[in-house]
Amino acid sequence: MSAPNQPSEKYKVRTEKLNAWFGNNHVLKDISIGFLTNDVTAIIGPSGCGKSTLIRCLNRMHELVPGARTRGSVLLDESNIYGKGVDPVTVRRRVGMVFQKPNPFPTMSVYDNVAAGLKLNGVRDHAILDKAVQRSLEQAFLWDEVKEELDKSGSSLSGGQQQRLCIARALAVEPEIILMDEPCSALDPIATAKIEELIASLKEQYTVGIVTHNMQQAARVSDFTAFLYLGQLIEYGETTSLFENPTEQLTERYLTGKFG
Amino acid sequence: MTYTSRRIKDKLAYSLGLFCLAVAIVPLASILVEVVRNGISTISWQFLTSVPGVPGETIGGIAPAIQGSLLLIGLTSLFGVPLGVLAGVYLAEFGDNKFGRSVRFLNDVLTEFPSIVVGVLIWVLLVVTTHEYSPIAGAAALSIIMVPIVTRTTEESIKTVPNSIRDAAMALGIRRWRSTISVVLNTAKSGVITGVLLSIARISGETAPLLLTIFGSNFFFSSWNQPIDALPIRIYRDAFLPDSISHQQAWGAALILILIVLTLNVGVRVATRGRYGSSRSRM
Repeated sequence: MSAPNQPSEKYKVRTEKLNAWFGNNHVLKDISIGFLTNDVTAIIGPSGCGKSTLIRCLNRMHELVPGARTRGSVLLDESNIYGKGVDPVTVRRRVGMVFQKPNPFPTMSVYDNVAAGLKLNGVRDHAILDKAVQRSLEQAFLWDEVKEELDKSGSSLSGGQQQRLCIARALAVEPEIILMDEPCSALDPIATAKIEELIASLKEQYTVGIVTHNMQQAARVSDFTAFLYLGQLIEYGETTSLFENPTEQLTERYLTGKFG
Repeated sequence: MTYTSRRIKDKLAYSLGLFCLAVAIVPLASILVEVVRNGISTISWQFLTSVPGVPGETIGGIAPAIQGSLLLIGLTSLFGVPLGVLAGVYLAEFGDNKFGRSVRFLNDVLTEFPSIVVGVLIWVLLVVTTHEYSPIAGAAALSIIMVPIVTRTTEESIKTVPNSIRDAAMALGIRRWRSTISVVLNTAKSGVITGVLLSIARISGETAPLLLTIFGSNFFFSSWNQPIDALPIRIYRDAFLPDSISHQQAWGAALILILIVLTLNVGVRVATRGRYGSSRSRM
């Protein structure tokens, strides 16, 4: 297992011997991996290898599933988010997440969807909300398409727009990290291209982690790539070298489509 | 050959469905027609605004019954709706344990409870002890009928909210209670409102528990510890009187009761209609 030779303080978030379970099912085994600040890190691997679970451990979403638990530590700015007395809610405000299927709140307008994270945490000032909504929609490359119809239902947008709306919603609470769980798997190629373009621009301001089972996508958008197999981190390195020159035989076989 | 036989089967199934629909609608339509036919001529401004006349001689009005019914519906909803909705939220979001299952079972039993038994219970608890029939006792009895219906439908409609919506809210760093009220319950709103309206329709027509708790009266509401009138009681008592004027009053009261339930239904739907329509149709 190779890790990039970076001093640990450059990692925005990293895990140390992270293990995760669903009931008795041991889905992550001793994962130690770091996400560099302002870089895109992709996690690839066959279905069921633990990719999604890994990123759901980074903002303590994993434990919301009944019977789910973890062991090991996740260090966000070098402080353990699984430490005693850490409030998972504040962790989630710092680590945003975008899901596989676009999931805008169906009874809310475009505006309210983006403002939801702030409003439901007590922000009432309209000037602040207006500003945050515009900034987030601009950052998500959606502002020009919806600025005339902020009152429309969030679910009336197209699939690709809905996913960018979900990204804007995550950006509105000003997280430091954006995690994306196969954000393009429900989208067509054009919508996918837009999201990929968006990811490239997001990394200027945020640290991005993306789970994908599309290897080309990982190659296109990420700076670092991790290959997971059966809950274990098989290989981790710079995307170009991992794709062109994998050190593990398993990685090479996966990349060349021999299994998975 | 097979194509023809399939088409015949298709037509047959379709006709059978249509026939069953007609059979189901005929009684409903005939009740409505009958009530309107017999009741419409009775309705007048005087009928809506004055107290009942002398049985067998003058028809008077049913204003106290209208007032009493509206008062009871309002009072019952005031307690019943929040209680039922919150209980439903609890069962749907936190009720996946032994306690939740027992509550759910008892709630289901209560939904099917004979309303006369509810009436007797409240009669023993609130009427016998105070020696007074009262609107409070009436509302208490109706609440026991309303709450389980609201609880059940709230739970069911909250369960239709996909987990991805809860995940989205949690990932934004929204507290669980806040997400449950503002996101999950909001998404399930239209189903919850349907349940509330169903329960209002149900309590509007309840007669047996009211006989034992508000008793009925010829006069307007005067105080919280006096009997009041209500439309179902008015209809019930009128129907047993031998004269045609009382029967006339009963038909009129029945029509008004139907109209009140209908108006409440449409009114609440319009007032609470989200800008984006029903959430269910979008998911």
